[in-house]
Amino acid sequence: MNRTEIIETTKRFLSEEFEVNPDVIESANNLRDTLDLDSLDYVDLVVVIDENFGFKPTADDLKGVETFEHFFELVERKLEIA
Amino acid sequence: MEHRVVITGLGIYSCIGEDKAAVLESLQNGKSGIIYDAPRKEFGYRSALTGFVKDPDLKPFLSRRERIGMHQPAMFAYMATKEALEQAKLDIDFLEHHETGIIYGNDSTAGAVIETIDKARARKDNTLIGSGDIFQNMNCTVNMNLSTIYKLKGINLTLSAACASGSHSIGMAYLMIKQGLQDRIICGGAQEINQYAMGSFDGLGAFSIREDKPHQASRPFDRDRDGLVPSGGAATVIIESLASAMKRGAPILGEIIGYGFSSNGDHISNPNLDGQFRSLSMAIKQAGIHSDEIDYVNAHATSTPIGDLMEAEAIHKVIGGKVPVSSTKSMTGHECWMAGASEVVYSMLMMQNDFIAPNINFENPDEASQKINIIPTYTEKNIDCFLSNSFGFGGTNSSLVIKKFK
Repeated sequence: MNRTEIIETTKRFLSEEFEVNPDVIESANNLRDTLDLDSLDYVDLVVVIDENFGFKPTADDLKGVETFEHFFELVERKLEIA
Repeated sequence: MEHRVVITGLGIYSCIGEDKAAVLESLQNGKSGIIYDAPRKEFGYRSALTGFVKDPDLKPFLSRRERIGMHQPAMFAYMATKEALEQAKLDIDFLEHHETGIIYGNDSTAGAVIETIDKARARKDNTLIGSGDIFQNMNCTVNMNLSTIYKLKGINLTLSAACASGSHSIGMAYLMIKQGLQDRIICGGAQEINQYAMGSFDGLGAFSIREDKPHQASRPFDRDRDGLVPSGGAATVIIESLASAMKRGAPILGEIIGYGFSSNGDHISNPNLDGQFRSLSMAIKQAGIHSDEIDYVNAHATSTPIGDLMEAEAIHKVIGGKVPVSSTKSMTGHECWMAGASEVVYSMLMMQNDFIAPNINFENPDEASQKINIIPTYTEKNIDCFLSNSFGFGGTNSSLVIKKFK
């Protein structure tokens, strides 16, 4: 999966799960603020990442994810390893 | 000092209507909400009959976070509570700043639990169950969801008492307000309606198998009744001290004057005349009225052979044979955990609109029901005071006496 496909897939499932406009999912935007995530929502974030990308991020993986750019990098890294 | 306790809001989401206006029309026309649900047959049901309500779309009203912990009991209860609060002129801003409680009846979350277990078994990793399931799974799901959505700051507990849950919720809230411990409490009952919820009950052979005529299947007190029909939804009753209601300028729809209760201390599923007698007698005694002041009895009668017989005997013994009696379960089926609250809503609509809803399908009495005055058709009647019975598995009984506010 290349970067464009990762971005498109991410926009689709995150906008569906967290009920936001896909256009707000942009590299520079803050993931937590944009999706309005609380601590419980991170559990659901893990579920939808597993469903859509086939890996389950750890708490440590998500600690470094502040922007969507960080998110896309995490997915690239994990998929390469996989 | 004892406080007078009044009703200021009613809400209903049931198989005979998704709001009070629709329900009123059904009650007046003797309309049944029972259907034949074919998938139940495949599931293994002896009887595929059920009252039917659809899952409401809550997206226009609630955020994702507010919805994610809701399964049927909480979803249905939200719809009923929304309607009741609007009638009572209560909004979130007021509730956040004025202590208000919630005592809601619920006694199962089978559908939610089974869906969660299915997920857990498939994924073999509990982290992948998601964040909402635990709040759907717990029996206090209605309370958890509604108390956070409406920012409630008072008493907050779920009342589980089988098919008397909704009635006891009103009774216990009545006692708290009467004692001055709370100004207002959201009460009610919710009942899930999925096939997981009622399979084991169906297995007892307690359901009507009149599957070819769903609208005629629930026939409380009729000689040829052959069992109950399960049903569900939710009903909410807002109760309040008279002083609080008057101060707010809230509509005062009725006054609760008596609550009776008892436990049979006997068989786990069979009814018991003594238990019912004690519950009815206590409610009337506490109301401080003579039994002939009761203008209408909304019976618990579910359409089971023994249960209806026992209740007819109890009504005859305590109130006599003249008082008009009907069981709205003839139209709704047995709304179980919700029934005690929904039947207060149905009776309140009758009292407000001067009629008695028919006990449909009552064609021939048996030896017990011939002793009481069952109303088989729509009847115009001024009701100043009514009594509502609810009896549940485990021998839990509840009776409420409610009158017009004067």
